[in-house]
Amino acid sequence: MGRLFFLLFTFLIFSLQASEIKVCKNCEISSIQQAVDLAKDGDVIRIKSGTYYENEITVIDKSLHIIGENEPVIDAQFNGNAFSIRAENFTVEGLKIINIGTSHTSDFAAILVSRSKNFEIKNNRLDNIFFGILLERSSNGKITGNEITGDARDQANSGNGIHLWNSENILVHNNSIIGVRDGIYLEFTSGSRLTQNFCKNNLRYGLHFMFSNNNDYLDNTFENNGAGVAVMYSKFIKMHRNIFRKNWGSASYGLLLKDIDDSELKNNYFHDNTIAISADNTNRILYEANEFADNGYAVRIRGACYKNVFIDNNFLHNSFDVAYTGRINENEFTGNYWSEYTGYDLDKDGIGDVPYRPVKLFSYLVNRTPEAIILLRSTFIHLMDFSEKVSPIFTPAELVDDKPQMRKIVW
Amino acid sequence: MLKILKYSFFDLTRSSWSYVYFLFYLLLGFVLLFLNNDLSNAVITLMNVIIMLVPLIGTIFGVMYYYNSREFTDLLLAQPVKRSSIFLGQYFGVALSLSLSLILGLGIPFAAYGLFKSAVIWDFSMLLVIGIFLTLIFSALAFNIAISTENKIKGFGYAILLWLFLAVIYDGLFLLSLIYFQEYPLDKFSLIASMFNPIDLSRILILLKLDISALLGYTGAVFKDFFGTSKGLIASLMVLLLWVIIPILNIARVIRKKDF
Repeated sequence: MGRLFFLLFTFLIFSLQASEIKVCKNCEISSIQQAVDLAKDGDVIRIKSGTYYENEITVIDKSLHIIGENEPVIDAQFNGNAFSIRAENFTVEGLKIINIGTSHTSDFAAILVSRSKNFEIKNNRLDNIFFGILLERSSNGKITGNEITGDARDQANSGNGIHLWNSENILVHNNSIIGVRDGIYLEFTSGSRLTQNFCKNNLRYGLHFMFSNNNDYLDNTFENNGAGVAVMYSKFIKMHRNIFRKNWGSASYGLLLKDIDDSELKNNYFHDNTIAISADNTNRILYEANEFADNGYAVRIRGACYKNVFIDNNFLHNSFDVAYTGRINENEFTGNYWSEYTGYDLDKDGIGDVPYRPVKLFSYLVNRTPEAIILLRSTFIHLMDFSEKVSPIFTPAELVDDKPQMRKIVW
Repeated sequence: MLKILKYSFFDLTRSSWSYVYFLFYLLLGFVLLFLNNDLSNAVITLMNVIIMLVPLIGTIFGVMYYYNSREFTDLLLAQPVKRSSIFLGQYFGVALSLSLSLILGLGIPFAAYGLFKSAVIWDFSMLLVIGIFLTLIFSALAFNIAISTENKIKGFGYAILLWLFLAVIYDGLFLLSLIYFQEYPLDKFSLIASMFNPIDLSRILILLKLDISALLGYTGAVFKDFFGTSKGLIASLMVLLLWVIIPILNIARVIRKKDF
């Protein structure tokens, strides 16, 4: 009786479960496109290892789970997209996609997803690509654990690792993107979270926002990119616990903020960048508990910045802590630790009794006459900065930290 | 010349001033490392000290030693010894003992804090090489002043003025001219202007190893192309060498004709 019941049970399970289509070189079905055409909604396509020379594998309106076993290689032979998908509830997993050709007229991608919902793209390896994963008008997707490497040489002939266009609620987690133009690019995308990604050696930006509101990026690492992160024309961005390091070069930035409002930067770590943060036309941004160490410029504030608040940050050994153009504009620096602060603390409450002026006269001069940088750290400049500190004439007099911390802040 | 060099050198190593100088650097090194506990930050602070103090001490020591050993020099001049060996011997005696104090005084604390295992060893050796160059340059300049000025007070005055000019005033004039002519392309001018002052040149050479390289690049390609390459490094060191050789040749030239 029990055995009968067991048989019945297994039969039930098998009949309920979607069927599985195997693809391998010697199987009945040896091409992925063929498998896709045969498959029904909810089927699993299991691709065995081997190299498949296919491009434009098109999935339309089928909820498929395309799973690679032992990293099958899909070589697009520099011809169009590898996958082009428009569907709901699908998965692409464990594939290695290589050789996506460049084009000046079309954005060819390893995986192109358009008008799709509820999908997951995970643990794929994309190598030598133009665009890696390109999302258009899609929502509720997860892009996790992918490794994307490119060979970008110049900006005109290279694409982006993960490109989200006009999408929403996308989770981009734990991807590594090396050597493309923009590591991750968000355009007209909202409600997305980018966590624990690693972007290195990208030609332009590690992460790039354009017209993308209400996004969070947390715990990412940006190393040695043209600029670590560029946030432009966006609102309500949360940037927490990211690491920006070694974005070092003649026109390099850790974080480039342009036309962004109502955002917050907390617990980020900026180390060894030429310019850690360059802010241009930014309003109501909270900079809290960040660490700026060994940068050329820690914070460079250009024009039209209003109501930005810097609180509880550590500024350690930067060549310039703050460079500032224009008027004070209700920007505020308070309760930060400045490694160059030389004041005293008589009442021992941990707050220096003398306000600190983070803008040096020299940084003001370098702004006007860039060649003057050659006098950095010379004795005359020290004297000049000192006298300006005592009685400010050129730098904004109101720009002071009136509660400079005596010790490095530990959060 | 070697005999006189040896005599001057041992005379100076016995003098308490060398020890004070040595102990000062020793103390400075230990205090810096104790406060920072980070070799690379200590190197930056040390740079500020070296480009200020090494020229000052080189200048004062040079002038002082020349005037102090005046009687001994007169005695030597009466002997059948070549004039150039007397003065150059004395000069190298001073310069070597100062350099030795510098190397030992800074080397010992940094070595004790694990310099040889750290990545800043090249920056640090650069710092020492430049310290030695500055010692050689400024004691040579000091000898030049002392030889051409009999009056001690005047001699000291000129020496201090020279130091003040090169360490501070020069940069002020440099900055003023940069601001005044800011409408013009200035990178070549500032490149050349920095060559004419050994202190500026030393500062830039050390900074290139530290933080200035990327900041420079963003200003003008000329700096970066020049200072950022090994060609620029070699050229700068050559200029520093010229700064040593020319004053020494001048000493040799002046003493040949001078009536003592």
